[in-house]
Amino acid sequence: MKLSVDGLLVYFPYEYIYPEQYAYMLELKRSLDAKGHCLLEMPSGTGKTATLLSLIVAYMLEHPESVRKLIYCSRTVPEIEKVIAELQNLMVYYERNCPMPPPLTGLVLSSRKNMCIHPEVSKEREGKAVDGKCYGLTASYIRDRHEMDTETPICQYFEGFSLEGKESTLPVGVYSIDDLKEYGRSRNWCPYFLARYAIAHAHIVVYSYHYLLDPKIAQVVSKEMSRESCVVFDEAHNIDNVCIDSMSVKINRRTVERSTNALNQLTKLVQDIREEDTNRLNEEYQRMVQGLKDASVQRDTDMILANPVLPNDVLTEVVPGNIRNADHFLSFLRRFIEYIKTRLRVHHVVQESPAGFLKDISSKICIERKPLRFCAERLSSLLRTLEITDLTEFGALTLITHFATLVSTYTKGFTIIIEPFDDKTPTVSNPILHFSCLDSSIAMAPVFSRFQTVVITSGTLSPMDMYPKILDFDPVVMSSFTMTLARPCLLPMIVSKGNDQVTISSKFETREDTAVIRNYGQLLVEVAKTVPDGIVCFFTSYLYLESVVASWYDQGIVDTLLRYKLLFIETQDNAETSYALMNYVKACDCGRGAVLLAVARGKVSEGVDFDHHYGRAVLMFGIPYVYTQSRILKARLDYLRDQFQIRENDFLTFDAMRHAAQCVGRALRGKTDYGIMIFADKRFSRQDKRSRLPKWIQEHLVDSFCNLSTEEAVQLARRWLRRMAQPFTREDQLGISLLTLAQLENIEQEKLERQAQGKQGVGGEVQEL
Amino acid sequence: MTTSSEDVLLQMGEVRYKKGDGTLYVMNERLAWMAEHRDTVTVSHRYADIKTQKISPEGKPKVQLQVVLHDGNTSTFHFVNRQGQPAMLADRDKVKELLQQLLPNFKRKVDKDLEDKNRILVENPNLLQMYKDLVITKVLTSDEFWATHAKEHALKKMGKTQEIGVSGAFLADIKPQTDGCNGLKYNLTADVIHCIFKTYPAVKRKHMENVPAKMPESEFWTKFFQSHYFHRDRLTAGTKDIFTECGKIDDQALKAAVQQGAGDPLLDLKKFEDVPLEEGFGSVAGDRNVVNSGNIVHQNMIKRFNQHSIMVLKTCANVNAPPAVTNGTNSANGPVSHSAYTNGLNGKATAMEAANAAKRSNDHVDTDEPQIKKQRLIDKIHYEDLGDPVMEMDDEGADGDKAHSSKQFELSRVERYLNGPTQNSIYDNHHDSQSLEEVQYKLVRNSENWLNRNVQRTIICSKAAVNALGELSPGGSMMRGFQEQSAGQLVPRDFQRELRHLYLSLSELLKHFWSCFPPTTDELEAKLQRMHETLQRFKMAKLVPFENRAMHELSPLRSSLTQHMNQLLRTANAKFVTWKERKLRKAR
Repeated sequence: MKLSVDGLLVYFPYEYIYPEQYAYMLELKRSLDAKGHCLLEMPSGTGKTATLLSLIVAYMLEHPESVRKLIYCSRTVPEIEKVIAELQNLMVYYERNCPMPPPLTGLVLSSRKNMCIHPEVSKEREGKAVDGKCYGLTASYIRDRHEMDTETPICQYFEGFSLEGKESTLPVGVYSIDDLKEYGRSRNWCPYFLARYAIAHAHIVVYSYHYLLDPKIAQVVSKEMSRESCVVFDEAHNIDNVCIDSMSVKINRRTVERSTNALNQLTKLVQDIREEDTNRLNEEYQRMVQGLKDASVQRDTDMILANPVLPNDVLTEVVPGNIRNADHFLSFLRRFIEYIKTRLRVHHVVQESPAGFLKDISSKICIERKPLRFCAERLSSLLRTLEITDLTEFGALTLITHFATLVSTYTKGFTIIIEPFDDKTPTVSNPILHFSCLDSSIAMAPVFSRFQTVVITSGTLSPMDMYPKILDFDPVVMSSFTMTLARPCLLPMIVSKGNDQVTISSKFETREDTAVIRNYGQLLVEVAKTVPDGIVCFFTSYLYLESVVASWYDQGIVDTLLRYKLLFIETQDNAETSYALMNYVKACDCGRGAVLLAVARGKVSEGVDFDHHYGRAVLMFGIPYVYTQSRILKARLDYLRDQFQIRENDFLTFDAMRHAAQCVGRALRGKTDYGIMIFADKRFSRQDKRSRLPKWIQEHLVDSFCNLSTEEAVQLARRWLRRMAQPFTREDQLGISLLTLAQLENIEQEKLERQAQGKQGVGGEVQEL
Repeated sequence: MTTSSEDVLLQMGEVRYKKGDGTLYVMNERLAWMAEHRDTVTVSHRYADIKTQKISPEGKPKVQLQVVLHDGNTSTFHFVNRQGQPAMLADRDKVKELLQQLLPNFKRKVDKDLEDKNRILVENPNLLQMYKDLVITKVLTSDEFWATHAKEHALKKMGKTQEIGVSGAFLADIKPQTDGCNGLKYNLTADVIHCIFKTYPAVKRKHMENVPAKMPESEFWTKFFQSHYFHRDRLTAGTKDIFTECGKIDDQALKAAVQQGAGDPLLDLKKFEDVPLEEGFGSVAGDRNVVNSGNIVHQNMIKRFNQHSIMVLKTCANVNAPPAVTNGTNSANGPVSHSAYTNGLNGKATAMEAANAAKRSNDHVDTDEPQIKKQRLIDKIHYEDLGDPVMEMDDEGADGDKAHSSKQFELSRVERYLNGPTQNSIYDNHHDSQSLEEVQYKLVRNSENWLNRNVQRTIICSKAAVNALGELSPGGSMMRGFQEQSAGQLVPRDFQRELRHLYLSLSELLKHFWSCFPPTTDELEAKLQRMHETLQRFKMAKLVPFENRAMHELSPLRSSLTQHMNQLLRTANAKFVTWKERKLRKAR
């Protein structure tokens, strides 16, 4: 349908529209008009992606001067591919219905692992191996060598691309990963570099968070994006962790050993080269003396990882004298590694600030801050000079230099924690040095300042006031939308006690209690008896899952469960879990029904949808608090308290509840879908937890569902399921949760907005069962 | 009722039947019971009617013997010897043993086969009619009938016996019982063993290898119950145990399957992460190795649960799909069929996509996977209630869809469809390729005449004119189209029914006759010969009498009723003759 959103003509590629989609468009447009950032929460399964794309594309067409580009970031590869599929859909709609189809180019960028078409390189399974091999075939000196000696293998696709590809532009259209690969094959061009090159000109770019948030990669990939871009972070409920992860480093004894080996190897190489060809090293030295920026002479293939610090913090000075010479630099590194080695020889936990660390290092081995800051860059320059193609061996050394650069660049928002052993095995010495980022806003800040509109959106962002705080930004629009429903298609319940009235909770004191575990088991068995098809259960941690399953086996609960449904369990091995998942899906498809036990915060909880019969019920056993004894977490909590005035408990609860919401939200993927959500922990019924659930769940969680026993919950579920199984047609939805164009035009805008935000629950209220 | 000539083999007093005391007689041919102070036999069962005898279990206060008859009725005799339990038992055993000797002699030769056949015939009236028509009239022998003509029915009957699925909890359902002295007793039923074998092929193999060559059945199962299959928290540490090897085989199979990947891009967790963090980067959240120091027993158990469920699932997958699915092509097959399914279901595979697909498959052989992936993605982003994407103004697409969805059944001539094939002489004459020359000749002759325009004396010969008139008057073959009920009105009901039966039988026979062509093997030739003879017999035994009867009773229609059947027979006959000739020629 073609609709007008506040005066903007939007092509929406469906016949009908949800009221909340319209309201979402309104808010989004406001924020685009204001050229500010926004935070929008809309339940999964209400067509968020389609809404975002159709509005922003329409806006781009209408105001090409103010928004030139859309950068759409998502988390997982399937998500990214879904976005591209939606975009293709939208463009087909434009083509058929618009008198002048817009000449927009959209494409996806993914890692080499997913995009490589080289017959041998693409066979590698590990992303890193693909990167390494690709580097070995495309680095500039390899190609130079090939000119001299045609025996040196190079990649025909890259050659093809560098010959013709850079001059021509990608034909207008939307390219998914497979489309790019095919286009690459037909032209004999490398799809990866084609995409890398094309994103600078494309109107719509879809890629992973890391290309924008991880400074090491962002520097290489997303350097040339114009300010007039709209950046969308979809599924952004975990964005702070991505920011933190990209700037944190862990060093253990193995890292040190490996880097020592790498260092020895480098020393030997330098010696060899000196004997045969001193020129090369001299050249490098000269370059540094002159302070020529290395980057200017580099070709794009030569960079695998850029500087780990943010672009604003990279020093533009000349490399200091004491590490210009290759030998000097290597001995400098050797000293640094030795120092780390001594620091790892601790018997108790040490926590210090980067400043303290720098002071200590300068007093003990006389290493100054400045050369440390250049470490990362200096090493990559050296590796290039030595023409090393296989970088895998130097991973550990690179890590150490990155650490050096980071620790010397940032004095605030980071901490260093050295743990001599793992808490669970205090007898085994396994020292780890954590250099941990505490402030997620550090990595996020350049994105906010660089682009005029950043949209942070997800199905579960509640409580929303937390995100502006921890990411340190000022949204112009902050809105949460509910799901308008024609029937109560979700049934959230809080089960707080078993049939024997024992309180169930994953509280630390009671979680190993057999009565609690048994009650959890009985709850699951009862649900398995009642609910058809697939059931998914989430545990608070993998360890807890393991011990509960073991107890269930002893108590015979597993046997009872098997009588009703097949049982699949998430393991720590991704491949194994994928296989189990596939079989779970098969079991649901063939009508046999199955139970899947998974872990909150695990891969399954983050990336797999259990729509329709794949998940008729989700059980959340306990509140998925993060492991609170972790020192890194404690440091972060302290930091948050001091810097942002966020109370420890608030943050922990926020974090636990967003994961809980994420888990239970897996079951509901659309308005025609329906699912039961059981929160099995007494503590969920407390106001501070309940109020932190997303609004669209809270609305259906009436007081009478908040303190149920197993029996009562199953009773309710049974009645509700019978109701849900009735036929549900489009006519039932029309006018309430689904609108035609005519209906949309009739309803007043404000009223619609109010409705979508749940201030006036039309049809949204839960009718008494 | 009682014949005096019968010998009483055993007479047992003090036997109660339906609360009445009396005497039980075991006689030559039957079992009888007479109430006290009566001289008529109240109960009398011929041995041939008795299916089995049952006795009350040891230790029960009542000592009883029950005979079960073939028709399902039972009679229970209660032994009430006043001398107490042992005597009762002795009485009962005497009767029991004697019956045991006698019953087999009288065992009615109830062929299970026969029963089955009977049932099939009862359930299929058409088949029954055919049986009556063909077998009873001696056109076919009974064996022949069952072997060839009712094969599908017999097979279908067999196929209908559903395979029993495997319950997920079949192992859990084996309830151990303590035998009181530190031992456990497990009750294994045939069903459970079947389940175990089906789910764990490795165990089945081991069973075949070891039992009974190396160990007795019971020892095998004892070992099984001690193994990790049954106790999932046990580690497969010992090397002596035969099941350790099974465990390894299972593990390997699983590993291979896991290696192959999930097949579905939306479920493959390995491929989720686009740009994995460099090694060493990341903070607590990525800290997975630490957790790994968990309990290895628990981890093993979890793995076994997964394995068990996967294996159980596999058993039911095998029933539906051909066995090829199990060995590796699994992942390839799954998604393909799935996508095909969704394609058909949604019917929204737009023309553009189809074109794309065609284009792609031309370009590359291995584009299968992206196609499947694309289909999956499209399914995933599709909201049923928002309406089909891109459908609004999509005229060609919609039209195309309609054309696909409802294909009109178009008839150029409705009356032909309603009346069946009309006979005309030209059609009748058409025989075989053998007569090609003849046809050619005729054609040439005819075409010669075309030029003879001057022959205008006789436009049509009188005979042909009369014929045509006959055909065009009511009852003639040309008039059929105009009187649609004519056949129904003219032919009485019983004739119609008989005709239908004849058609049924004939078409069945013909089906087999024609299926013999080309007769490449000796068996086929023999069958052909046989079928030909059968057809001849059929003609003589069924068709000719019917024709005669029709001739008598329905003079206006006469042969027109059987005309088509005759034609069919003739065609078959001609074919046979040709074949025979050729064969002879070849033989020479």
